Amino acid sequence: MKIYGLIAEFNSAAALLDAAKKVRDAGYRKWDVFTPFPIHGMEKVMGYKNSLVGWFAFAGGAFMFLNVVGLIWFANAFDYPLIVGGKPMFSAPMTFVPAYIMLIMGGAIGALVGMFATNQLPRWHHPLFKNPRFSLATRDKFFIVIGANDPKFSEMETRKLLEEIGGAQIEIVEDND
Amino acid sequence: MPETGTNLEVLAPPAELRRAPVVENYRGLGALTDKLAAFAEGKIPRWWLIAFIPSAFCAAVVLPTMLIYQISTGVGVWGNRAPVMWGWDIVNFIWWIGIAHAGTLISAMLFLTRQHWRTTIGRAAEAMTVFSVMMAGLYPGIHVGRAWFDWFMFPIPNQNGLWPQFRSPLMWDVFAVNTYLVVSTLFWYMGMIPDLAALRDRAKSRPAKFAYGIFSMGWTGSAWQWHNYEKAYVVLAGLATLLVFTVSSIVGLDFCTSMLAGWHATIFPLYFVVGAVYCGFGMVLVLLIPLRKLCHLEEIITQRHIDRVCKLTLLSSLAIAYIYLMEYFIAWYSGDTYERWVFGHRLFGHTYWYGGWIMLLINVGLAQLLWLKRARQNLKLVFFIGLCINVGMWFERFVIVVGSLYQDFLPSSWGIYFPTWVDIGTYIGTLGVFFTMYLLFVKFLPMVAISEVKGVMPDADPHRKPKAKGAAK
Repeated sequence: MKIYGLIAEFNSAAALLDAAKKVRDAGYRKWDVFTPFPIHGMEKVMGYKNSLVGWFAFAGGAFMFLNVVGLIWFANAFDYPLIVGGKPMFSAPMTFVPAYIMLIMGGAIGALVGMFATNQLPRWHHPLFKNPRFSLATRDKFFIVIGANDPKFSEMETRKLLEEIGGAQIEIVEDND
Repeated sequence: MPETGTNLEVLAPPAELRRAPVVENYRGLGALTDKLAAFAEGKIPRWWLIAFIPSAFCAAVVLPTMLIYQISTGVGVWGNRAPVMWGWDIVNFIWWIGIAHAGTLISAMLFLTRQHWRTTIGRAAEAMTVFSVMMAGLYPGIHVGRAWFDWFMFPIPNQNGLWPQFRSPLMWDVFAVNTYLVVSTLFWYMGMIPDLAALRDRAKSRPAKFAYGIFSMGWTGSAWQWHNYEKAYVVLAGLATLLVFTVSSIVGLDFCTSMLAGWHATIFPLYFVVGAVYCGFGMVLVLLIPLRKLCHLEEIITQRHIDRVCKLTLLSSLAIAYIYLMEYFIAWYSGDTYERWVFGHRLFGHTYWYGGWIMLLINVGLAQLLWLKRARQNLKLVFFIGLCINVGMWFERFVIVVGSLYQDFLPSSWGIYFPTWVDIGTYIGTLGVFFTMYLLFVKFLPMVAISEVKGVMPDADPHRKPKAKGAAK
């Protein structure tokens, strides 16, 4: 049996935030919190930098925008030059509206893809799902999980820390994969 | 307050300045989750079946019949005749796309402006957007007559090596409607992932566990996931907000680039955006008022939330009133005989005079009732007003489309337009599909954004210390 980590349960967002600060201060690195809704200030405690999702969206939008500009040039000015109202074959304004619209589409797809990529979803099985209490993470309980792959992890010490910071129902999560 | 290092005590604001809680009778996060998930988990109620069966009939029988008949025979089965080549098909296209806009405005713009009350109605409004864009998108596809050539609309070179003409707003429309469908669907779905996970964790039966499990993508709600999710959500909201202003503008451009009296006006893009949002608010009221009662969500979608939708409706009604006024003023001020003729005939012409009056009396007149607090609190009345706004806005589009086409520059080519039973059947069919999908959504998906509502509850704030003794210091 491999150990995935130790899970502890908290009753409120405030208690969780306090506890998370203490876990961080104890020097743990491979740990995470699980909450029914985003908790403000948690990203600071966890030490997250700005999410990469914005760059995914930017890349998606820019890719689509430039591609549509290129497509319009190719289609109406190069491959089959089309005279419309004596206007130039190709000009920036004529490309703007379709390119802008597709920028929105590209940005949106980029944001979703970025969210999945950075979160490594979809992942339909997770060691935590085997823990019967964990289903409350989408209801009204807040969890801290300290991973067994953390250099500081020791079953006794980590359990003690979780007890000290007020965690309830501290259990070992198994990793059977 | 030891943390701030001062002895200053922040006084609570006086009662009249205190913000009412988003949700009434709040009894903790667990009870709230139960309440929000109850309808999706419960048995199918009788009212749902009573609404679903006729909708599904229209969706599965009426619409396919109409489509098969129309596509196999030709658009001649509709009432479209020269000079009125845009009939109910285009009227309904604009009507449906308009309804979509309010959903995006509520779910995206009110999110960016941090309106907490939006969390309770956002999801239901977004679903309305997704389904009505689908219905809107159907119309151009069948309006072209030869539906098997629909792919000509896309930038794919056809057998003659031709490409679409990208200077045409009709071409932009293809991009706009498709983008709207994709973006609103993504936004709707992404917002639902944490709630699908909540339903997955609560599900009792195997099929439910499996289905919610698949669609929730293995969401665990870790801090890292929320971190990226929130970023993606705000980006999507920003992009969707752009669409609120773009899609209907482009539909408006279809009209205002045509050299036709009644259409050729620079106000059209704005006109269509405002009209779209206004009509959509009407539909939001029509959908939400019965749903909150039937799904027992009165404590969640409170009277105050309906009140705010009413105020937004009133605001858009004033905007549309200004635009009507401006439109008439410009028609008169232009001195153009044809413009004056068309606008005069909208109210005092033959055959279609009633359309102009219905549009003015409902969209400008009836909506003013919403100034009164007593009217806004009378939900039956508000429902009726919402319904009327949908009718009024439908007539607005009819007046614009048919009212401008049937008497063009050459009296010898004037004509009259009446819808045929196929027009009516197609419209009823799209209503059926819309309500079928909406009812399925209400029953099987989280119709209120569970995680978002929980996130704006008082104890979701991590800096709020519990009052009970033994509070963490």
